[in-house]
Amino acid sequence: MELSEEQIHRYSRHIILREVGGKGQKKLLSAKVLIVGAGGLGCPVGYYLAAAGVGTLGIVDDDVVELSNLQRQIAHNTQRLGMSKAESAKQTFEALNPDVQVLPIKTRLSKDNVLELFRDYDIIVDGSDNFPTRYLVNDACVFLRKPLVSGAILRFEGQVSTILPYDGHCYRCLFESPPPPGLVPSCQEAGVLGVLPGVVGGLQATEVLKLILGQGQVLRNTLLIYNALNVSFRKVRVPRNPQCPICGEAPSITELMDYEQGYCQMG
Amino acid sequence: MSEALKVDKEIDIRGLVCPYTFVKAKLAVEELQVGQTLRVLLDWPEAAHNIPRSMAEHGQKLSVKQLDEKQWEIIIKKEVED
Ligand SMILES: [Zn+2]
Repeated sequence: MELSEEQIHRYSRHIILREVGGKGQKKLLSAKVLIVGAGGLGCPVGYYLAAAGVGTLGIVDDDVVELSNLQRQIAHNTQRLGMSKAESAKQTFEALNPDVQVLPIKTRLSKDNVLELFRDYDIIVDGSDNFPTRYLVNDACVFLRKPLVSGAILRFEGQVSTILPYDGHCYRCLFESPPPPGLVPSCQEAGVLGVLPGVVGGLQATEVLKLILGQGQVLRNTLLIYNALNVSFRKVRVPRNPQCPICGEAPSITELMDYEQGYCQMG
Repeated sequence: MSEALKVDKEIDIRGLVCPYTFVKAKLAVEELQVGQTLRVLLDWPEAAHNIPRSMAEHGQKLSVKQLDEKQWEIIIKKEVED
């Protein structure tokens, strides 16, 4: 692949970085990343990956744009109320960068389609807003041994972690199973500061770019917790758990499962 | 570096300004094998200082020659893969 004159201009601030260069930019252009959710997290992740020239972006979301999304979901806009979020994200990202092919996938992930949907991608980004999806995505990535950049937000706090299956922790190493729905914040409590997903999604996009470029360290065996009110970043070490029900020595989970929906969705 | 040195590749970036001068030079160096030599012809004064400095930081060996009032030649020998 040769960079065109237009690409040399567009990506010049990448090319002059020693850690990227023309070679790294070509890696970005050939990379395929799947983003689960075109909500608070998926919007900034997709926006920055598109700007960076990540060549193929799959976006899974079966929701439509609602007015209450627009306080934080920056790929959508007021004219697009009622439009599929995956389609709206495609329009925004392709308008930003025609080098990027965005594949909108208007479906809900389930144990029956997740492996097939993930198979062709290099890296999976979880920007989902609920526990059933979070566990399904983790399990599928473990089974496929695919890198997963996971993010979560609530109120003023966000978490980011990078899962490299069998080479580091997975989500179940930390929390074996989802909390019961009653222990999860109710819809009235599930507010989120609109800018918070911008910070957390920005960190997720950074992790993705480093994975593609093979540069720096990622949040392997680590959970990063950001608190917007205190302006604190805390790194918590999460070693791989030999008793993990999916990536441990004697796994009890050997096939995918769908948990009940019925949690409040807040992404 | 000797002036009689064999040059493996040449780029003429006269007419380009920063940072595209460095972008073009860097892309050309990436395409060289270690040990090969690139000749860069340019007319942007700032770049005549900045390209050698940045290339040296990246570990490459080079020499600069002012050809006339407004033209410079930089010879870069690729020492390390970057
Ligand atoms: Zn595990």
